[in-house]
Amino acid sequence: MFRNQYDTDVTTWSPAGRLFQVEYAMEAVKQGSAAIGLRSKTHIVLGCVNKANSELSSHQKKIFKVDDHIGVAIAGLTADGRVLSRYMRNECINYGFTYESPLPVGRLVVQLADKAQVCTQRSWKRPYGVGLLVAGLDESGAHLYYNCPSGNYFEYQAFAIGSRSQAAKTYLERKFENFTDASRDDLVKDALMAIRETLQGETLKSSVCTIAVVGVGEPFHILDQGTVQQMIDAFEIVGEQEGPDAAAGQEASAEPEQGAGAGAGEGVAPMDI
Amino acid sequence: MDFMASKQPENSLLGPEADSQRTLYPYVTGTSVVALKYKDGILMAADMGGSYGSTLRYKNVERMKAIGKHSLLGASGEISDFQEILRYLDDLILYDNMWDDGNSLGPKEVHNYLTRVMYNRRNKFNPLWNSLVLGGIKNGQKYLGTVSMIGVNFEDDHVATGFGNHLARPILRQEWHENLSFEDGVKLLEKCMRVLLYRDRSAINKLQIAKITEEGMTISQPYSLKTYWEFSAFENPTQGAVGSW
Repeated sequence: MFRNQYDTDVTTWSPAGRLFQVEYAMEAVKQGSAAIGLRSKTHIVLGCVNKANSELSSHQKKIFKVDDHIGVAIAGLTADGRVLSRYMRNECINYGFTYESPLPVGRLVVQLADKAQVCTQRSWKRPYGVGLLVAGLDESGAHLYYNCPSGNYFEYQAFAIGSRSQAAKTYLERKFENFTDASRDDLVKDALMAIRETLQGETLKSSVCTIAVVGVGEPFHILDQGTVQQMIDAFEIVGEQEGPDAAAGQEASAEPEQGAGAGAGEGVAPMDI
Repeated sequence: MDFMASKQPENSLLGPEADSQRTLYPYVTGTSVVALKYKDGILMAADMGGSYGSTLRYKNVERMKAIGKHSLLGASGEISDFQEILRYLDDLILYDNMWDDGNSLGPKEVHNYLTRVMYNRRNKFNPLWNSLVLGGIKNGQKYLGTVSMIGVNFEDDHVATGFGNHLARPILRQEWHENLSFEDGVKLLEKCMRVLLYRDRSAINKLQIAKITEEGMTISQPYSLKTYWEFSAFENPTQGAVGSW
């Protein structure tokens, strides 16, 4: 994409019928670190890659609980994502207070999309620079949606957004037919595998990823690091031979790869803006 | 000392002029509504009278209406406020249907919505002068609740408004049980309505019974209850009363 004379304003069309500012906002999503989601009939799992800027800092929060039955994973401008999460939480609380019933996720997603659309049609605003994977339950079961900065939303069986998400998407495309009837644990395993794809050779550890689950009879919650590490070990999906500094009792499947060794091999990821 | 007196702008809500903006007393009122849960859903009964003070002015008032696919609303109190509530609910159900997404508001949601409306109006000192009964069934779950004009709400297996609370509820407490058949439910409701007819002077002998099940809502044609006035106590009622005539 190159600079052109139609891309200054979000309210300026190009002769080809494009709104470049909106498309640039979608680019911002691609720069954020990866987030993936997949669902079965009864559960949805969200996962994301969490890279801290330096060893001294903590990593950014990219998965938010919106209500007991809805959660969201974001990629892109995390500040925009936080603001939208606050909006979603507010809508859920208001609906719950008035009707004493959970807000159906399909309706929340439409409200979110309409909110994003407003920013594509006001000259004094800019589009939100964040993509949201919304996971939630309603009367008709488990749902996973993707909300774009453009104001569009789509429903998915499984999806990945952010940098190097194509690798995860390829993995998910191979496996998605099994997801509908998969068990909750298998779904988490597939999520971890998909995250591993985006790491491209790096070791999958619970310190670089976050997993959250919501399902029928299971309120939305983020799995704690210990549980995630156990699952990584149990499914033997660590790609690399672990060095002697690894945590005790870790089983590594031997899949030697050249290039980055364990431990110090974490390169600095593209900035989570 | 006129310069000291505070001047109200014409549209203020303080002062005597403002009272025309809020409900102070009801004018045309309906009397008790009685409802109970039975095997397949909810049964509700109400007479068709609209009283204007002590005059039984209107005798064809339907005080029970279906709300959406899953709920049934009965009201006692000010009839015009009931019609206003029906208008609010119409908008609510329309908005819900327009989503066209497989989700729909069930009786619990409608009941809570009404509670919020009634309580908010009470807080503004401008109540909707009604006692409402909201019953329904959705996905096999039966629901029956009530809201008063001050926003008090609760659910139960059987509810009533007004005089029904004093005359009908005791009967229901004795004789209601889980999984009543339709015929037994109707018999029980008729027993309650008969007592109300004898003892509530704003009741008339023209009632309807409505039922709501998974299939939907049906409401009976108006009919009358048989009454018996030949009790010997009613002949020469003042027989033993000294000084009476």
